[in-house]
Amino acid sequence: MEVKVGMADMNVCASPDSIITLGLGSCVGVVLYDPSTKICGMVHVMLPDSTTIGVGNNPAKFADTGVDAVLEMAIKKGAKRERMVAKIAGGAQMFSVNKDSPMLRVGERNVAAVKAKLKELGIRLIAEDTGNNYGRTVIFYPETGEYLIRAIGKEPMTI
Amino acid sequence: MSDLTLESISTQYFDVLKELGNIGAGNATTALASLLQCKVDMKVPQVLTLDFKDVGTLLGGEEQVMAGAYLAVEGDITGSILFLVKKDIAVHLVKKLMGDMASEDFGEMERSAFKEISNIITGSYLNALATLTNLTIYPSIPDLAIDMAGAILSVPAIEFGIMGDKILLIQSQISDDIDIDGFFIMIPDMESYEKILSALGIISG
Repeated sequence: MEVKVGMADMNVCASPDSIITLGLGSCVGVVLYDPSTKICGMVHVMLPDSTTIGVGNNPAKFADTGVDAVLEMAIKKGAKRERMVAKIAGGAQMFSVNKDSPMLRVGERNVAAVKAKLKELGIRLIAEDTGNNYGRTVIFYPETGEYLIRAIGKEPMTI
Repeated sequence: MSDLTLESISTQYFDVLKELGNIGAGNATTALASLLQCKVDMKVPQVLTLDFKDVGTLLGGEEQVMAGAYLAVEGDITGSILFLVKKDIAVHLVKKLMGDMASEDFGEMERSAFKEISNIITGSYLNALATLTNLTIYPSIPDLAIDMAGAILSVPAIEFGIMGDKILLIQSQISDDIDIDGFFIMIPDMESYEKILSALGIISG
């Protein structure tokens, strides 16, 4: 089965299932993974920081609260906190216009915020495919720990 | 008015967008007919409100390849505009404009032709807004992306995400020989919402 994660959404899955998020742009697809139980969680975060905006009722929207929330969800599913590692993808800058807008560089800021949060939690980031200016569809297979990345006009790659 | 959220102003703003949709699409239809030199019809535009998780389901899924033109606006209001069509529609429009010179693979010539078309369409909406509100609005030069719908729509979704959990857009359908479904998304900065609404006398500013 393929578990789907939408924009500002999160979910967990265990081998032999896989987990997918389609068409990541400036958002970041964060996977937390326990290689021993083969349980993983994925969160599709849109914005770097909940503290300046207010979290509302959806922690999955922000890097800081989203990583916490998906970690908790994966642990509930049976993953072990101390064995968890992370893989991330996304954070593109889709457009650039002559006006220097901090919103257009939000991809970069999302990636930095996710990394800072992982560091704070002591979760090791073992692979990433971030930045650039194109969209990505990402699929994580907890059976093998492979994170498959597809983009328009590019060969699929695994990190 | 600092506690304005997209939810709290969305009802009034929704009506503004509807009006803007009607006039803007009307202007765009006339402008396109003269640019492409053919008869162009339009249907009544729809204003849609979507939850973030449903954004990708618009137009056949997150992986649908789309052409999106994005530009910044400045002047009395600030914010950004995204105009979005399926890639095959973009190819169709570019072919109409360039004739047999156009190729399917969207090189530099095709990109700049599509930017020109986007300029005209977004300009039609911005003129409608400027006329309705009496505000001065300058658009920047657009940047173009041909990519998955989800990835392109992540840009306005993130900008809306600062204020709420929904995205507002105008869907307009115009047709020449084929139906052209175009999506127009306007994201004013927070202060600009208030300026638009007060210029229209909806809130006292």
